[in-house]
Amino acid sequence: MSTAASAGFSLMANLPALQVVVPMVAAPICTFLRFRNGPWAFALLVSAATFWISANLLMQVLGGDVISYEMGGWAPPFGIEYRVDTINAFVLLIVSGISLIALPYALRSVEREVPRDKHHLFYAGWLLCLCGMLGITITGDAFNIFVFLEISSLSTYMLLASGRDPRALTAAFQYLVLGTLGATFILIGVGLLYIMTGTLNIADLAERLGPVSDTTSVRAAAAFLTVGIALKFALFPAHFWLPNGYAYSPSAVGVFLSATATKVSIYVLLRFQFTVFGEIPAFADLDFATLLLPFAVVAFLVGSTVAIFQTDLKRLLAWSSIAQIGYMVAGIGLGGVDGLTAGIVHLFNHAITKAALFMAAGAFFLRVGSMHIDRLAGIGKTMPFTTLAFVLSGLSLIGVPTTVGFISKWYLILAALQHGTAGYAIAAMVLASSLLAVMYVWRIVEVAYFRDPAANQEITEAPLSMLLPLWALTIGCFYFGLETGYSVDIARAAAQSLLGVTP
Amino acid sequence: MMEWLGQFNYYVFAILMTAGVYIAMSRGNLVKKVVGLNIFQASVFLLYISSGKIWGGTAPILGDGLTQPISNPLPHVLILTAIVVGIATTSIGLALIVRIKEAYGTVEEDEIAEAEALYEEELMRAEEA
Amino acid sequence: MSIETHIQLALLIPIIGLVGIVLTGRIPNLREAVTLVTATANAINVWSIFPAIQAGARPSVTLFELLPGLTINFTVEPLGMMFAAIASTLWIVNSIYSIGYMRGNKETSQTRFYACFALSISAAIGIAFAGNLLTLFIFYEILTLSTYPLVTHKGTEDAKRGGRTYLGILIATSIGLQLPAIIWTWNLTGTLDFVPGGTLTGKVQGLSAGLLLALYMYGVGKAALMPIHKWLPAAMVAPTPVSALLHAVAVVKAGVFTVIKIIVYVFGLELITTESATNWLIYAAAITLTLASLIAMNQDNLKRRLAYSTVSQLSYVILGAALGTAMGVVGGGMHIAMHAAGKITLFFCAGAIYVALHKTEISDMKGIGRIMPVTMFCFMIGALSVIGIPPLGGSWSKFLLMVGAADAGFQFIIGVLILSSLLNVAYLMPIPLRGFMLRPPGAGDGPVKVQEAPLACLIAICITAALTVVLFFMAQEIFDFLLPITMTGGGQ
Repeated sequence: MSTAASAGFSLMANLPALQVVVPMVAAPICTFLRFRNGPWAFALLVSAATFWISANLLMQVLGGDVISYEMGGWAPPFGIEYRVDTINAFVLLIVSGISLIALPYALRSVEREVPRDKHHLFYAGWLLCLCGMLGITITGDAFNIFVFLEISSLSTYMLLASGRDPRALTAAFQYLVLGTLGATFILIGVGLLYIMTGTLNIADLAERLGPVSDTTSVRAAAAFLTVGIALKFALFPAHFWLPNGYAYSPSAVGVFLSATATKVSIYVLLRFQFTVFGEIPAFADLDFATLLLPFAVVAFLVGSTVAIFQTDLKRLLAWSSIAQIGYMVAGIGLGGVDGLTAGIVHLFNHAITKAALFMAAGAFFLRVGSMHIDRLAGIGKTMPFTTLAFVLSGLSLIGVPTTVGFISKWYLILAALQHGTAGYAIAAMVLASSLLAVMYVWRIVEVAYFRDPAANQEITEAPLSMLLPLWALTIGCFYFGLETGYSVDIARAAAQSLLGVTP
Repeated sequence: MMEWLGQFNYYVFAILMTAGVYIAMSRGNLVKKVVGLNIFQASVFLLYISSGKIWGGTAPILGDGLTQPISNPLPHVLILTAIVVGIATTSIGLALIVRIKEAYGTVEEDEIAEAEALYEEELMRAEEA
Repeated sequence: MSIETHIQLALLIPIIGLVGIVLTGRIPNLREAVTLVTATANAINVWSIFPAIQAGARPSVTLFELLPGLTINFTVEPLGMMFAAIASTLWIVNSIYSIGYMRGNKETSQTRFYACFALSISAAIGIAFAGNLLTLFIFYEILTLSTYPLVTHKGTEDAKRGGRTYLGILIATSIGLQLPAIIWTWNLTGTLDFVPGGTLTGKVQGLSAGLLLALYMYGVGKAALMPIHKWLPAAMVAPTPVSALLHAVAVVKAGVFTVIKIIVYVFGLELITTESATNWLIYAAAITLTLASLIAMNQDNLKRRLAYSTVSQLSYVILGAALGTAMGVVGGGMHIAMHAAGKITLFFCAGAIYVALHKTEISDMKGIGRIMPVTMFCFMIGALSVIGIPPLGGSWSKFLLMVGAADAGFQFIIGVLILSSLLNVAYLMPIPLRGFMLRPPGAGDGPVKVQEAPLACLIAICITAALTVVLFFMAQEIFDFLLPITMTGGGQ
């Protein structure tokens, strides 16, 4: 570090910029690495670096500090500010952590599912997607959010379509249309806010909105932003691209995106809803997150119900993701410290749970060559470790106590119970949806353990490079369900800072 | 009357935006969808750029004797970025369409759905065999 | 070793046994040895906690704190101690029997069978020692899941259908009713701990109290309060040692144990006796125990008849708890032990008949006492104990329940209990009577050839039959041991 310091460049002081710049610069370099496993090793290295950076950033802000980094030395509100507080440091850690743990897994999955001459492009897309998501999260500038959103979206379309299954292409295209609509809605919202206030800096926006808040333009901006963001995170009924997208893209993409993409969009919703519009009295009676509540409830009921009837394992998981997004939005919509804690902690909890499940599904796919549930008969005997991990993570999806899923649902139900009769109804529906989750997880258990494998199949256990990340996440599902100190405390602190409540 | 004229840019924006979204949602042809998206995005570009315009304003070039009011350059810069994003979206969209055409032999949404159903049936038959 | 270590070991030993069973799965003799050694070690360990509890200690272990106030905690009190002791002791007997039965029947997947058995014992002990509702709920669900492979052991369509009913009803009621009740309790009191005297006193009254009690009672599907009893006959597709596990060792006992635990430590006896909105449970239990006896009379399949008999006997326990008097609760608690010994004997005999003669229908069992004299004799002892005839265990608990009913002012319950006992006689006694009095069809006039079950089965049957007699003379000790749970201080 001494040479860097002597050149007037301090690594630690520039961490916020490096968080985004490292993967951004790495992506084009990756396209030049065309030798075997080169792109993969490079992406893994870069991912490890970004993870290290976000871990460091989280350490720095955990005490309650806020890092404000001036991009290019231009002071906000004129320059672009990168702003790290508890909540986005938490999201940064989730995103870079999932990327780091998904990449070792990706090696075998990509080898099988992506044509060999496209590997360098695939990993470049991965890094760009990572860069975009980190950028969305870290930036304190509203327009910058749009730009990074598009970087991550464009690379997502590419990743979704990078496999061999043609059904992924149409899903990617559907997402392209919806995602562009959503992003452009966000752009309109940001534009209207800029017209009304003359600033793009989020912290500055929050202050300047006060005098003009009771205008149609600002209401329209809030509406455009909310709808645009909801389109991005596939809230019911804008979900239809998601099942095919996750199901027919390469397994590693499903792992990475299911655990990160929607989470980042939810973070953007939180940011606008609470940091920008949170302080405005005119919005007290017209809270857009609350308006999303009915959609969220329908999302988790419909998502869980449809999941039961799927015959394709990855589609089943994707439908369950739609339901889980509903839980997160429901938590945010219910509001209050408990509600927000439920929403935020579920970002993390669902990330590790669903990543583990998609990993197990991908391992099945690698060995069985099909995702049809009937083809998985007796898989518990032929791939015991993968199946056990799947079942254990499935328990977390249901929300069994001692898993992370329980923690989320507990807070969600507590938050719901504070809302009188309607709240009781929502709590009842959360429980009903959990019951549906029992049914779809149980279907797999029954097929895996209580049916005999087809005689002519030669199936062996998944490779170690898949098992290790899978089990790391599975153990995480239980570890963080028992030792909730880390996740819940951070989520609670984040919720309090968003609401401006002193702990 | 003057007020209407003063908000002329917003009306154009609204009309283009609605038209663009309508095309993107309603057309069955994927290429037309992409065109609709382009119109939609262009409308937003207009919204930004026109908001930076001031009657009688000049280009914001710093130098001596700048006495006139100047137009706000920031929206222009932002839209430059957005245009780039728009082009990228269009190109990825078209690239996807090419691959969809290769896979299913059509770019019409309903025909793709049929081809996809056929593909799934074939898969099922292969599974059983 | 401290008592806390013993508590943790009680949960751990069956798990270690499970690993050992899986590892030695290829060598049946070694595997069965592992089962027996584990079961014995487990029983010794559980019983070693007993003296301290008897002396009034209430050792407590907290493993995790999930959220503030929400812990995975184990606290041993007399009722749980008794349940754990029953489960761990009967596991030994049941293992001996299983070896005879499974080998005699040449069943497949025996490793899975023994492994799941060990897991369900661990779950039962977890339930017994649970210090709060959350811990109890977790182990309750583990018990449900770990017994499912046992119920569907045969793997036939029938078994799967029965298994699905079993699992569906138990999971649906626990998540759909019990969990909301737990959350409601948390919302009312801010704690889920089991506290002597209850936590809900003064927090809930009137209709809400009745409703909350209903959520709990029907949410604990394992207690088989009608109409949530269908899973029990459905689970009769299982091999007989499993039925014994379900009926005597773990599952239904866990259900009624949970019922007593909730009534004593969450509602509190004071609330139950003073709040008239909770009286519906007395009627529900009385109706269940009468109706189930009537249905049992019409069953020709021996195991189904015993299943309905269990439904009826479980409601004795629920009735005792619902009465809310000291005698009622202790009588209910004691009935867990008494019924366990009696019913396990009956099921063992039913299984022995199946292994030896492959007979399942009662109408086919004429003269069976002459073919299998030992089995039928033990069957009669078990039946008499379930009916409640001295000098057998079942008589004491029924007597206490009657006293409890009188204390609570529900005299008609005494009538219900007497009627039910008569019904018990009517559906249980004909089996051994016809077995001994009639001659087996087609046997001619000469001496009947004795054809008994495997030796391991017989040993197990004799042990449990003897146990019903021993329990009769131990009644005073059990009574003194359980009485503290009815005191508000918990008798510490």
